[in-house]
Amino acid sequence: MAMGMTTQSQTQFHVLAVDDSLIDRKLIEKILKTSSYQVTAVDSGSKALEFLGLNDENIDNEDEDEDDQQVGVNLIVTDYCMPGMTGYDLLRRIKQSSSSKDIPVVIMSSENIPSRINRCLEDGAEDFFLKPVQLSDVNKLRPHLMKGIGSEETQSNINKRKSMEDIHPPDRTRARYNELEVV
Amino acid sequence: MDLAQLQRQLVDYKTSLYHEDFLDEQFTQLQELQDENNPDFVVEVVSLFFEDSDRLLNELTKALEQQSVDFKSVDAHVHQLKGSSSSIGAQRVQKVCIAFRNYCEEQNVEGCLKCLQQVRHEYSLVKTKLEFMFQLQQQILSAGGSIPM
Repeated sequence: MAMGMTTQSQTQFHVLAVDDSLIDRKLIEKILKTSSYQVTAVDSGSKALEFLGLNDENIDNEDEDEDDQQVGVNLIVTDYCMPGMTGYDLLRRIKQSSSSKDIPVVIMSSENIPSRINRCLEDGAEDFFLKPVQLSDVNKLRPHLMKGIGSEETQSNINKRKSMEDIHPPDRTRARYNELEVV
Repeated sequence: MDLAQLQRQLVDYKTSLYHEDFLDEQFTQLQELQDENNPDFVVEVVSLFFEDSDRLLNELTKALEQQSVDFKSVDAHVHQLKGSSSSIGAQRVQKVCIAFRNYCEEQNVEGCLKCLQQVRHEYSLVKTKLEFMFQLQQQILSAGGSIPM
């Protein structure tokens, strides 16, 4: 790629990654960049809200002005366990605001707790990844982005593949949720 | 030692680390993420892990020395250590963290202290081994060879 061409691909998606762990932030950033996403990584829910232009003061903005979302974010990937605002709290805040509610949100967690996972999915998360997140997980994100920003997308046709053991077996079978078939 | 010998030594060494559960396939993931854009990715992430772990182990030691142990705080630190060790594939460290968290839940100081000792031990082992492995890699690169994956 030594041609010196600087035109960016028009379909490069911008992902906002939220994780309080520096190591995990570095990892998720690399995974996303390797998958050709543009990445902004922040270390807390409040920084994420700031980046999205959603301050605590002005909650549901009346106007659906394009300017409300200064930077186009196509997807948010957030850790669940964070001090202060959890990933779940962040999810709720994002879904409450008209300017951000249609951005797909994926939750990551190191803990395989079915009730936690279900609650996140029920409250609007697109998907739930078990940590450590891998390239293959991110590859499955494309359908979530390709379908466009449509909240009309029915949750019913999402195929939740269940594998909710409390302990990861040594060969690390990974529980996948909301696995959409790419048409 | 010639280049081929060094490369063979590296392969054997890596294999043993996986075999003895010092590393698991998450470490392989890290290596697969490394590319020309980020040729030092693995070393960078592992270095972060070392720094982070040193800090956490110090915090844990202090927390467990208190008259009245704050188990929530201890658990929070162990949770972080468990997470970061899992993220780089340091399986044995991660496993001790799981047991450690159970003792936190039980508010068992003795158990926690035992686990702290164990986790220090496992961490020290994997750190030494990874540093040796990176050293071998560097020798190979310096000799003009490439790292066998």
